[in-house]
Amino acid sequence: MAIGWYLAVAAIVFCVGAGGVLARRNPLTILLCLELMLNGANLALIAFARMWGGEDGQVFALVVMVVAAAEVTVGLGLIVALYRRRLPVDVDELSELHG
Amino acid sequence: MSAVLFFLAAIGAIAGAIGVVMLRNPFYGVLSLASHLVCLAGLFLLLRAEFVAFVQVVVYAGAVMVLYVFVVAYVGGGQQQPSGAVLRILGPLFAIGLAVELCVAMLGSALEGIHGKGAGYIPGFGSPAHIGKLLLTKYLFPFEAASIVLLIAAVGAVVLARRRRGLEDGTEAEAEEFRIRTPHPAYIGTMAEGAGVRPSGGDDPFLPEVETVSDAAPRGGW
Repeated sequence: MAIGWYLAVAAIVFCVGAGGVLARRNPLTILLCLELMLNGANLALIAFARMWGGEDGQVFALVVMVVAAAEVTVGLGLIVALYRRRLPVDVDELSELHG
Repeated sequence: MSAVLFFLAAIGAIAGAIGVVMLRNPFYGVLSLASHLVCLAGLFLLLRAEFVAFVQVVVYAGAVMVLYVFVVAYVGGGQQQPSGAVLRILGPLFAIGLAVELCVAMLGSALEGIHGKGAGYIPGFGSPAHIGKLLLTKYLFPFEAASIVLLIAAVGAVVLARRRRGLEDGTEAEAEEFRIRTPHPAYIGTMAEGAGVRPSGGDDPFLPEVETVSDAAPRGGW
């Protein structure tokens, strides 16, 4: 398959994730959609690595995975803290920092 | 053959992504994301990225998804409210616009390579040996920085999710009192037992009766 097909899949996955981040209100689902966006970017990185015949893009994809894991850990910690304080798990209700 | 595998994996990946966005229950969303990740690993294999595909399945679809499942089980998912009217329309519109823009950028790209199947590659391309060599030579600094990021994230998650004083029903003083009053079983080798002292509070139901020689009176039932 041509590399362009992989890039198309990466673009679709990224756009689905971006739409989900905007349209959903549950922070858990928003984190899942962020994962989708990072995965789309990962697929594009690896497709370009294959296109150039170099492995540097794959190393970069691994670093993106590390950052995604860190983001998930902190995000889930925040959600657990929200739940412990009996705050609503809903991003529209959490507007205390709203000026 | 590779085209069939590509379309299978691509359809699975896109269906999983749409499932994450559309499903109301976050638990099903997590399962959908796990299937999406496995399909994406298949695409990585088709792109000769063996090690990244392996890491994707083991770390991402394994460890990170287990973390998600635990948090969804703890928080309970709850009922998913429909989002605000503005964003519910604007979000998909933005996504479609972004997709159109990316497709225009890709079609109008002057990159010749995206119409080919990729450059030639050396044997062992994307294998753990090659990636590991790169990580420990050329990309040593990003590797170490990534490890520090992970450490900080782990500490931060513990700090964020820990129990705080005054936020729970039971305060820490109550917990401390409970810990002191918690009975411990007899014959666990305390110094008092070693000295032959009978544990105080003989009416404690958690402690068995300590038999002494003088106490060995015949009992009924035998």
